[in-house]
Amino acid sequence: MMTENVYSFFESPILALLPFYPLASFLLLIIFAKRLSWSQASILSIGAMSLSALSSAVMVYQLQYKELQVISVHLWSWFSVGEAKVNFAFYLDALSSVMILVVSGVGLLIHIYAAAYMKSDENFSRFMAYMNLFIVAMLILVLGDNLVLLYLGWEGVGLCSFLLIGFWYQEKANVLAAKKAFIVTRIGDTAMAIGLFMLFNSLGELNIVEVTKAAQSSWQVGNDNAYWIALLLLGGAVGKSAQLPLQTWLPDAMAGPTPVSALIHAATMVTAGVYLIARMNGLFLFAPEVMQYVAWIGAITLLLAGIAALVQTDIKRVLAYSTMSQIGYMMLALGAGAWSAGVFHLMTHAFFKALLFLTAGSVILALHHQQNLFKMGGLLKKNPVEAGLFFVGLICLLALPGTSGFFSKEAIIAKLWSSPTAGAGLWWCAIIGALLTSIYSCRLFFLAFLGQERERNDNKHSDHGQDDKASMMRFSLIVLAVLSLFGGIISLDLSSVFVNNQSLIEHTTEPSWLHPLAIATPFIGIAFSWFYFKNYRENNGEPIAEKQTALIQFCRNGLGFDVVYQFLLVKPYCWLAKINRLDFIDQLIMLNAWYVSLWHDVLSAMQNGKLRWYAAALGLGVICFVGVIALGDTGLGGKN
Amino acid sequence: MTNIPLEHVLIFASILFVIGFIGVIVRKNTLFMLMSLEVMLNAVGVAFIGAGSAWQQPDGQVMFILILTLAAAEVAVGLALLIQMHRQFQSLNIDKLNKMRG
Repeated sequence: MMTENVYSFFESPILALLPFYPLASFLLLIIFAKRLSWSQASILSIGAMSLSALSSAVMVYQLQYKELQVISVHLWSWFSVGEAKVNFAFYLDALSSVMILVVSGVGLLIHIYAAAYMKSDENFSRFMAYMNLFIVAMLILVLGDNLVLLYLGWEGVGLCSFLLIGFWYQEKANVLAAKKAFIVTRIGDTAMAIGLFMLFNSLGELNIVEVTKAAQSSWQVGNDNAYWIALLLLGGAVGKSAQLPLQTWLPDAMAGPTPVSALIHAATMVTAGVYLIARMNGLFLFAPEVMQYVAWIGAITLLLAGIAALVQTDIKRVLAYSTMSQIGYMMLALGAGAWSAGVFHLMTHAFFKALLFLTAGSVILALHHQQNLFKMGGLLKKNPVEAGLFFVGLICLLALPGTSGFFSKEAIIAKLWSSPTAGAGLWWCAIIGALLTSIYSCRLFFLAFLGQERERNDNKHSDHGQDDKASMMRFSLIVLAVLSLFGGIISLDLSSVFVNNQSLIEHTTEPSWLHPLAIATPFIGIAFSWFYFKNYRENNGEPIAEKQTALIQFCRNGLGFDVVYQFLLVKPYCWLAKINRLDFIDQLIMLNAWYVSLWHDVLSAMQNGKLRWYAAALGLGVICFVGVIALGDTGLGGKN
Repeated sequence: MTNIPLEHVLIFASILFVIGFIGVIVRKNTLFMLMSLEVMLNAVGVAFIGAGSAWQQPDGQVMFILILTLAAAEVAVGLALLIQMHRQFQSLNIDKLNKMRG
């Protein structure tokens, strides 16, 4: 049995206050907004983040040191429905401690970077306020001890994502991207909400631990309820984690400032779907079909995203598709029942993808907001530090032996072959995905950093008096690089969280070439790219002609999903909205109002202030009244 | 004393009442409306007297005296209002005195 330790606020204030430091900072930043100077605002937001990160570290240390499995703190009861109570309570176990470390740790580094990156923006306080609010929501999401609280955080991170993608709202494209991200994820959120209703309906519980217990005692594997609930929760996860078929919002979300892309659209928020499935693993085990769907969705997404990443011209969009594909790996791991490997990859991915995005941000800043890969080139000589850091990020993404990505990705791939919900087909998908990863990574690196500079980007009027800015940014980058390289040696012990289900262990004989091939794959990709992208690598400053075939255009636009959705969903919806502009149903309801207002007109015509009319009406009324009585009495009114 | 049948009294009272009522509706001058109102009251009084004598009961006459006092009081208040009205607006036309649209 689990050792439950429920504390009140005063017994464990560190955990209880964990998400509230950024909240306080958010409120102060929003209230004082532009009255705060850059240093005040950044000290406030980074300070709050540091407190959170420190508290997370202390709590995780306590969890390890006291050898507890769960620390849970009950703040206040939120509301109760029937028998079930929904508490505002935080629940810290091995899984959520990984998450709070990633959220607050990587979050802190990105905050430090962002403070420098956004220094010259006039709405700096607003930016940091949104970033803090995001951290609050994300911490509530991962710490919530019941699904309602998790949903609160879930919607909160969606809101912050919307606000931050549209941070530079003066440009229409950014606003459209923000709107798209919000609406597309909202489809998943709705599915998830329905899933939660069904869950409450069938188990009468929303507390995560209780739900798992109730599911074990009242469900059999293959239960219909379990199937639908797991499927709907998967819908939520798919929307938030940008998986097929709701993946289209993520590349557009790159319209936001680069630290936002790093924090929300790479390291934390997009992995919320993975967290949700890992958290509800006890429920998914009852629906093996859904676990297969999870695995297949992950596999197809990672292949599609890998193909799309091969031809992107925008450095951030390459990274966005790469994020989608790496989350595909996590989904694949979850679907195969390799829960720990999935969560481990979530953590290492947060490190190296944040590093890649932030380094890309530095590069973009150094080139005066040039994001087109074909106009970069030769950055290795010009910005050797950034090039080195980017290289570190890429080798982790490629999962070269020794890096953190290697440990997590190999752990996933190793489990696939013999898992009953995955199998050899998915293993090959993962291998091809790894090959694609190494090819697009090499293409990115060759185009941006090798060869000669293709377009002069004058550096005269920058980099003067920006030393503190650059050093702040480099500090976060270097810490992230160290984490990316050596994050693999962190050993996650998640056995207390994940139910060890015997049905998921199947003994099939694995061919002996399996592991060597998995390890060799990235090298094959690198060797291939070394020859195939020779002209990128040895470019001498001549502009590279981009190939513009229809196929490339098709892949560049995310394999046509946007077009299909535009015709299948957006156009019909807009058409419906247009023909129903007068609102047919509203007209029926307005009939009531029309009727009332008709009588109002009649009656107000009578209220004319003319005494003689009143007297006449009075007399008429009396005559009618007396007439009715008199006729009734004499039997002339029809009654005998 | 020859008995007057109750029907005749009631028909007379009704005619008187209708005349008074038509007066209230038709006349614009408030003074005449007040007078028509008195006619209506008296029509009611006649009906009471007639009914009282038909059933040989004193109640009819009691009611008539009550109506008489009521009418006197009403006229006193009404005339006082009319004088004030005339002072304020220099007119007794009821159609023009509808500022309050009540």
